[in-house]
Amino acid sequence: MNPGAATWSFDEQDLNAITLTVTRFLGETGAHSALIADRAGQLVTTVGQPLNFDPTVFATLTAADFSANDQLARLIGETDFTTLFHQGEKESMYVADVARRLILVTLFDNRTPIGLVRLKMKPVVEELTAHLDRVISRSREGGKTQPNILAGAGDEIDELFNW
Amino acid sequence: MSMINYAAREINCKIVYYGPGLGGKTTNLEHIYGKVKPDTRGKLISLATETERTLFFDFLPVDLGTIRGFNTRFHLYTVPGQVYYNASRKLILKNVDGIVFVADSQVERMEANLESMQNLYDNMAEYGYDLTRMPFVIQYNKRDLPNAAPVRDLQAALNPGWEPADATKARVAPDPYHAGENLIDQLPSGEWVEHVPYFEGVAIAGDGVFDTLKAVSKLVLKALA
Repeated sequence: MNPGAATWSFDEQDLNAITLTVTRFLGETGAHSALIADRAGQLVTTVGQPLNFDPTVFATLTAADFSANDQLARLIGETDFTTLFHQGEKESMYVADVARRLILVTLFDNRTPIGLVRLKMKPVVEELTAHLDRVISRSREGGKTQPNILAGAGDEIDELFNW
Repeated sequence: MSMINYAAREINCKIVYYGPGLGGKTTNLEHIYGKVKPDTRGKLISLATETERTLFFDFLPVDLGTIRGFNTRFHLYTVPGQVYYNASRKLILKNVDGIVFVADSQVERMEANLESMQNLYDNMAEYGYDLTRMPFVIQYNKRDLPNAAPVRDLQAALNPGWEPADATKARVAPDPYHAGENLIDQLPSGEWVEHVPYFEGVAIAGDGVFDTLKAVSKLVLKALA
């Protein structure tokens, strides 16, 4: 049994690759913004037009939404729902699972047809999965490309909580 | 699962407040929300029923300072305590880095505490996590109530200790939070037992809330070091 959940890390290169892929997707669909979170609800990054809401909270609620829908899927005999669509009067969001590790949330207004978002989503998810595979395999190798930033930081951690 | 974002220079960790219904989990988060500087915390989100019982979870992100140039961001969650919300509780535990068990000290709630503790062990085991080897602290809340059980009774019931996971830990380790007590100790039978840190609290007045948060956050970061 594991002591707990594993750690993973994103470096500049990972985020540049993710941003590039998602920026292209936004350009192709006309969607204005996207947000990427992990399945635990931690925000990875936002792409496109600046968001006028708290992205941390949004990431958490999206992950919870996805998790709850996963359970609903199982109740009806599916393993999961890989995408969710929430339609509003002016703004809508399309949420897609990426390798059961990340969630891509695409935000768009009523000038963007949902069909186009759906159509372009599949290759984007595949590309993001490839980026993610690199992150995961690096984490499995013990993060060889990034030193453990907290190694030997016991005293500094004590100091951090000295309040 | 803690996530280190090198580009944003952030360490993100998830802490879950667990425990029986009406034990004070949400009150812990509300106190933290009210006391930390607004620029170091996000919104407190509550997915609650109309009667303010937690339906899915409460969520509060807080920054607890910078270490080696990285901002330490803790995502605090509560779970719904009521027995029949187990599906929601289990979802919230996914990828957790640290646990706070908020016990209700009232004698009448002992059964509910035990049931919730067992449920925590079971849910963690279903994810393949070993609760005895991860950052975990207990808060005995509502210490101000006249019907509060003695701490030693609560400790015996909820924090009896387990065999240290690592044989090298089989040596006396004093409890840094309680003079004269030990976190790792040897029983008269010769067995070694390890307890988790505990705190007495009156969450509604804020007593013990930050001690609990500091202790679990520190354990989470030390697990990464």
